[in-house]
Amino acid sequence: MTVLNTKINTRSDEYRANYDSMAEAVSDLRDKVATIEQGGGAKYQERHLSRGKLLPRDRINVLLDEGSAFMEMSQLAAYEVYDDVIPAAGIIAGVGRVSGVECMIIANDPTVKGGTYYPLTVKKHLRAQEIAEQNNLPCVYLVDSGGANLPQQDDVFPDRDHFGRIFFNQARMSSKGIPQIAVVMGLCTAGGAYVPAMADESIIVKQQGTIFLAGPPLVKAATGEVVSAEDLGGADVHCRTSGVADHYAENDTHALQIARTCVANLNRRKEVDLALKQPSEPLYAADELYGVVGTDLKKPFDVREVIARIVDGSEFDEFKKLYGTTLVTGFAHIHGYPVGIVANNGILFGESAQKGAHFIELCCQRKIPLLFLQNITGFMVGQKYESEGIAKHGAKMVNAVACADVPKFTVLIGGSFGAGNYGMCGRAYSPNFLWMWPNARISVMGGEQAAGVLATVKRDNMDRVGESWSEEEEATFKKPIVETYEHQGHPYYASARLLDDGVIDPAQTRDVIGMGLSAALNKPVGETKFGVFRM
Amino acid sequence: MFNKILIANRGEIACRVIQTAHRLGIKCVAVYSEADRNARHVAMADEAFLLGPAPSAESYLRADKIIEICKQSGAQAVHPGYGFLSENTDFAEALEANGITFIGPPSSAIAAMGSKSAAKEIMSHANVPLVPGYHGEDQDPTLLKAESEKCGFPQLLKAVAGGGGKGMRVVESLDEFDEALASACREAQNAFGNPDMLIERYLTQPRHVEIQVFCDKQGNGVYLAERDCSVQRRHQKVIEEAPAPGLSDDTRKAMGEAAVRAAKAIDYVGAGTVEFLYDVDGSFYFMEMNTRLQVEHPVTELITGQDLVEWQLRIANGEDLPLSQDQIRINGHALEARIYAEDPDNDFLPATGTLKYLRTPQENTHVRVDTGVIEGDEVSVYYDPMIAKLIVWDDNRERAINRMVTALEDYRIGGLKTNTRFLRHLANARPFRDEDLDTGFIDKHRELLFPVNNADTYRNLAIVAAYVLESQKAAAFVAGDPYSPFSRQNSWRMNSQYARPMKLVCGEETHELAILEQADQYLISVDDSEYQVSASLNDDALQVMINGHRLTVHLFQDGDNFTLFNEGEQFNCELYRERFEGGDEAGEGSLTAPMNGAMVAVLVESGQQVTEGETLVVMEAMKMEHSIKAPFDGTVTDIFFGEGDLVSEGDQLIAVAAAEEA
Repeated sequence: MTVLNTKINTRSDEYRANYDSMAEAVSDLRDKVATIEQGGGAKYQERHLSRGKLLPRDRINVLLDEGSAFMEMSQLAAYEVYDDVIPAAGIIAGVGRVSGVECMIIANDPTVKGGTYYPLTVKKHLRAQEIAEQNNLPCVYLVDSGGANLPQQDDVFPDRDHFGRIFFNQARMSSKGIPQIAVVMGLCTAGGAYVPAMADESIIVKQQGTIFLAGPPLVKAATGEVVSAEDLGGADVHCRTSGVADHYAENDTHALQIARTCVANLNRRKEVDLALKQPSEPLYAADELYGVVGTDLKKPFDVREVIARIVDGSEFDEFKKLYGTTLVTGFAHIHGYPVGIVANNGILFGESAQKGAHFIELCCQRKIPLLFLQNITGFMVGQKYESEGIAKHGAKMVNAVACADVPKFTVLIGGSFGAGNYGMCGRAYSPNFLWMWPNARISVMGGEQAAGVLATVKRDNMDRVGESWSEEEEATFKKPIVETYEHQGHPYYASARLLDDGVIDPAQTRDVIGMGLSAALNKPVGETKFGVFRM
Repeated sequence: MFNKILIANRGEIACRVIQTAHRLGIKCVAVYSEADRNARHVAMADEAFLLGPAPSAESYLRADKIIEICKQSGAQAVHPGYGFLSENTDFAEALEANGITFIGPPSSAIAAMGSKSAAKEIMSHANVPLVPGYHGEDQDPTLLKAESEKCGFPQLLKAVAGGGGKGMRVVESLDEFDEALASACREAQNAFGNPDMLIERYLTQPRHVEIQVFCDKQGNGVYLAERDCSVQRRHQKVIEEAPAPGLSDDTRKAMGEAAVRAAKAIDYVGAGTVEFLYDVDGSFYFMEMNTRLQVEHPVTELITGQDLVEWQLRIANGEDLPLSQDQIRINGHALEARIYAEDPDNDFLPATGTLKYLRTPQENTHVRVDTGVIEGDEVSVYYDPMIAKLIVWDDNRERAINRMVTALEDYRIGGLKTNTRFLRHLANARPFRDEDLDTGFIDKHRELLFPVNNADTYRNLAIVAAYVLESQKAAAFVAGDPYSPFSRQNSWRMNSQYARPMKLVCGEETHELAILEQADQYLISVDDSEYQVSASLNDDALQVMINGHRLTVHLFQDGDNFTLFNEGEQFNCELYRERFEGGDEAGEGSLTAPMNGAMVAVLVESGQQVTEGETLVVMEAMKMEHSIKAPFDGTVTDIFFGEGDLVSEGDQLIAVAAAEEA
């Protein structure tokens, strides 16, 4: 194993400036997350607690093994999307250990608009299920939701990837042997009633949980029958009479204890069939990543400095180091798991794309998970490169990435622009997880470039009709375009819309990837079959 | 030499004898009761035979069975240990009649010393000094009172057949005599079936000093120095030592020679102990002679370098004494502490239970542990609750005491109450170190010996929390995926941190802890106190750094109960978890025995209506009565034990069905 030696001087002004700017971005992220963790706020939390219930995050804490990590996804979901503030899109989801089994936990937050489903709530719920399905993780649903948010019903109800897909996923996962466990801790009305009903095993809390297709008001309206919620669909009804629920719980804690027992009885054993290696920490402190990378995307850095602060012992065996040098490829371990790393170190050329395709083939052949570290402005453009076939070389890499059936992880550590995003396993290439650093930006091209392209087109049109366009006018024209790109390319914007699985603190990257690997390896690594490579 | 012997005993002494016998190439036959099926002495022996049920009368006291087993197994001799049949003349005679060697004195010598008053008679003829008093057979109360006046006060009224403090009274003046006599006689009658009393002058600051003697069949006798057993409670020895502090060579010689005279006066053979009262002025008086190997014999072994069991075996085999008097040397100082299952804070009430956790100090030239139990064994109501004898040796008394204190700190027992803390405070007490000894030592220095445990509860809770965290981490290991970051159990949170709560119950109080894990340390807050703790766990040893103080403590976990051992002090707490019972069992009152014991009274009948709080049955355990009361109004549906039955902890005694709610 080759140890990466850093060339970073942590006392340099550049390092310190970088460090400070990234630390500020991370601090902003943590502040936002801290606010989001308060859910619907003190008033609604107190009301919830006064009913003898646990707050959703405490439900998760109690459900998890004591001390278990919780790799929460999409904390920023719905951030500044709706007129209403919907922290975490009103649903908390993530991977954690329950009775020694890594599970996907999906918990409604009833302190946020009664736990009702906004469009992004649905999207987050479905993404969580997708992660569970892709990684073979049992699902535990902590249900406490009023169902679809009625004012938003047109964006929640009818489409393929709307509310109904939740139950479709439950059925399909159950059919694949991915356990589905529901804990009914509050309302479970209408469509929501199908979550426990579709579950393999369900638990309901007495005097708290209710399951019915129509609540008392709707029943009265429809048939005139007057019935209490408890008599209509409470724990006694469903455990003793209807059989809709399987386990009767005294309170939230009891219900979660039962859920833990259910998971303990799943008869699952995780066997990781990879050559693991006793892990050791990187040689350099994780927060040095702040000073290495900074927040100015225009400042280049050697991606090996990033790798040195993520992988076990800073050990990295590089592949084809001297060829296609703008792409760094090589083998390392993270938390003892072997990984193949594909990392940008500049713009992609034909050689680097071919090297990338070659390396991905190697990893698939050897069943080694792939980690993509994206910092890409795109593929090289220009006559020389088109004539050399950069399109077909890029296509080879995209083909390899698309077909690779090993666990894939993508971290956007800088820019993610254009087709480079595809070759580097963007969201469309179904990586098991995709995360962004706070400094990252994602768009079809950079804001400056986009504004430049649009300005060129406009100037050409004006030239054709003989109009003139001053520099100032052009600058005025470009400014909002740059601003829009900056706004829409910001990780918060992307994360709010579920375009990633979360914005992460760079210093937590190693742990996050390690947990992602651990989660993904609940499913045996499959055989890869590639498509036709254009030679 | 014998090639096979039977050990008619159990526990540490049986193990002790087997050890020496094996060293000498002698095979050993063990005997055991049903309660001792898996006991250490059974495992150590070459073969073992079942005697009968747990009570001694049905097992270890069954002389007939033991003789039968000797014949069956071909054992040529019997070592009786101490207690049980060791001073039983009938047994010794029966063995002789069957041609089996009794490893002990002839039955005549046992008989001669069996009656205390007769013994004193013999001793007085042999010119052995006696305490003033009356040892006559005439028990007329008027005569006794006259003798009492003659003897002087304070005086001791003692049962002739007695032992263990039963039938014994201190009489301060003549006025108290009548009442004391009446009650002592009553007690003696109940305990020994013999109300006869003797009167002795009671020495105010007496010490108990005893001489180890040995006689061979050729009529030779030697003494192997003395033991000081002054530290006693309720006339039971607690710490013994050899040699006796402050005893001059002249006194030792005088006492030793008197003891040998005493032994020879009764044609003694084998190991015997002559007990003297030793007074501050250097005078000594014969008390009694024990015709067996004493519990505390190891201290003599350590200062003389001799194996007394080997001596016993060789003498029983007809050999000469291994050493002559002038060859016997004393080297250094030895102490023995008796580790008991008992509660010193509750008047030394004997304790029973399972030795769920048992760690002994490292044995070496300075430390010796004689024990008959291993972790997991039961200390039952049937036998003496002694767990072990801890014996230490060093060049002088002070260093030996230091060894004792350290060894007691390393003696860690969980699952039942023991006296190790008390013993440590005793050994460490200034008056003990200053040799200010007498048989009233414990009562005199009560405050020193039972100090209030002023341990820092919060700090201890933080240490227990660190243990819980470290052991959970060890348990989180998944074989097929050993390095998963999920196994680190560090409460990792995305872009955030989580201070996990932990509730520890300590006595009546519940403490809420919050634990934040950072890098390699825990930040633990207990109420208003904050601790920075890092820890590493190796089996039961927790090496912990707490607010900059590095120390090693030991912990024992029994379910959710934790015992922290730190420098001889124990700290107990329980990890609180919310527990839920299935709702199905409500209304069923099952009433179980709180501990092993015997049923004393059944106060209700089957079918009887009872009200909440009414006493249903009374059981006796550990010399205390326990009432089992009705938990609610209802009807007695079943009674599972009768008066006098022995019950085990957890046995259901009685069943009550709840009355239907009106």
